[in-house]
Amino acid sequence: MATFNEVLSRVKADIRELSVDETKARVLDNRSDSPVLVDVRERDEYEQGFIPHAEWIPRGFLELKIEDLVADRSREVVIYCAGGVRSALAARSLVEMGYERVYSMAGGFRAWKNAGHAFERPRVMSAEQIKRYSRHIMLPEVGEVGQGKLLDAKVLCLGAGGLGSPSALYLAAAGVGTIGIVDDDVVDESNLQRQVLHNIERLGMPKVESARKTLQALNPDVNVIPIEDRLDSSNIMDILANYDLVVDGADNFPTRYLLNDAALKLKKPVVHASIFRFEGQVTTFMADDEGPCYRCLYPDPPPPGMAPSCQEAGVLGVLPGMIGTLQANEALKIILGVGKTLSGRLLVLDALGTKFRTMKLRRDPDCRVCSKQPEDIELIDYEAFCSIG
Amino acid sequence: MATVRIPTPLRKYTEGKEEVDIAGANVGQLLDNLDAKHGGIGERIRDPKGAVRRFVNIFVGDEDIRFLDGLETPVKDGDEVSIIPAIAGGL
Repeated sequence: MATFNEVLSRVKADIRELSVDETKARVLDNRSDSPVLVDVRERDEYEQGFIPHAEWIPRGFLELKIEDLVADRSREVVIYCAGGVRSALAARSLVEMGYERVYSMAGGFRAWKNAGHAFERPRVMSAEQIKRYSRHIMLPEVGEVGQGKLLDAKVLCLGAGGLGSPSALYLAAAGVGTIGIVDDDVVDESNLQRQVLHNIERLGMPKVESARKTLQALNPDVNVIPIEDRLDSSNIMDILANYDLVVDGADNFPTRYLLNDAALKLKKPVVHASIFRFEGQVTTFMADDEGPCYRCLYPDPPPPGMAPSCQEAGVLGVLPGMIGTLQANEALKIILGVGKTLSGRLLVLDALGTKFRTMKLRRDPDCRVCSKQPEDIELIDYEAFCSIG
Repeated sequence: MATVRIPTPLRKYTEGKEEVDIAGANVGQLLDNLDAKHGGIGERIRDPKGAVRRFVNIFVGDEDIRFLDGLETPVKDGDEVSIIPAIAGGL
């Protein structure tokens, strides 16, 4: 038999401790090669404030989750709790799991606060949100922090049609906090074969209004901003400025080229996709200094005679579903800062053969738009023509 | 012979075929031979001066010929050559 105090003194003799000042120096002041800082307190404690850069794993889940967070057992780990007791017990447990350089922060968060060091408050999600997004939150790549990024994100969906329907639905379901939708069309019966945002009761309704109803019924967290308009050089800059990124599901070349040029001026990423019959193309233009833009790929729009005529139009209903969800995937990765986007790659899907091919795209150093300084890019309103292609 | 992948909008020139096998030592010759066999397809890909149109890209494997040797890019037996035009549809 041993009392708790006896156990604790033994544990403390076994493990290594860092003072709050040492922790600050190692974790905050020098971010290169800094140890992983783990907060093992309970939710209510964590919500009152935490040390910047700390990862939060409540004590009860530490052993279950630590390998997801820190795979390399030689990596330094600093653990803290409220006063330094739970973190000492936690440190011993990690040593038993083979972690070689584990420290408990002496005095815990109380001592940190008393020393006057900076702390942050997490976004506090409601119980409903925690439940709604639980399958995201349990992914280490998303977690509560990532879900917070999604809730703070503002995405502009261009078009509430074939591509816009699946992408907006999944972005709303994922909890993207603000979704703007641009479309100047109304719902028609012939849309319903693929445009799953709309339904038979919405015939004749503006598509942006129908989209707002559907998305808000799916997730009331989402602020849907209907923009019943067509983009041109007079309004695009003001509209784009309010968003972090654009999901392009436009149905014509003039809008696509205008969007590319305006997004480069404002340095907003564009998740691009287009469809025709059984074929789809997807890529991401990051508007950074590395990846290509739409004009690196296709410098100019085709003249009217070269685009397939309207009579040739037609699309397999599920194709925009597949392509639009790929766009949503790109948008979520950009917001979360995880994975690898399609920047520099063009994904081509042939739905008839169910064949995916990936082509390499390169930035054209002589591109007459993205090689310019953003302020020197001039917007062009190309003549609209029938371009179902 | 290389396998040329025909994009949907141009399949009306290839009797609906998505792939055709065409001979040619480089991309330029391959396109000449493609047009000889499937009349009309050539002008959709190249302008009257013979340059690849600015809304069409040609890839040998996964590489864009604009970043290789353009129409001079050599083609080997069994290579896959893809013609990928800009398409605009989203509805």
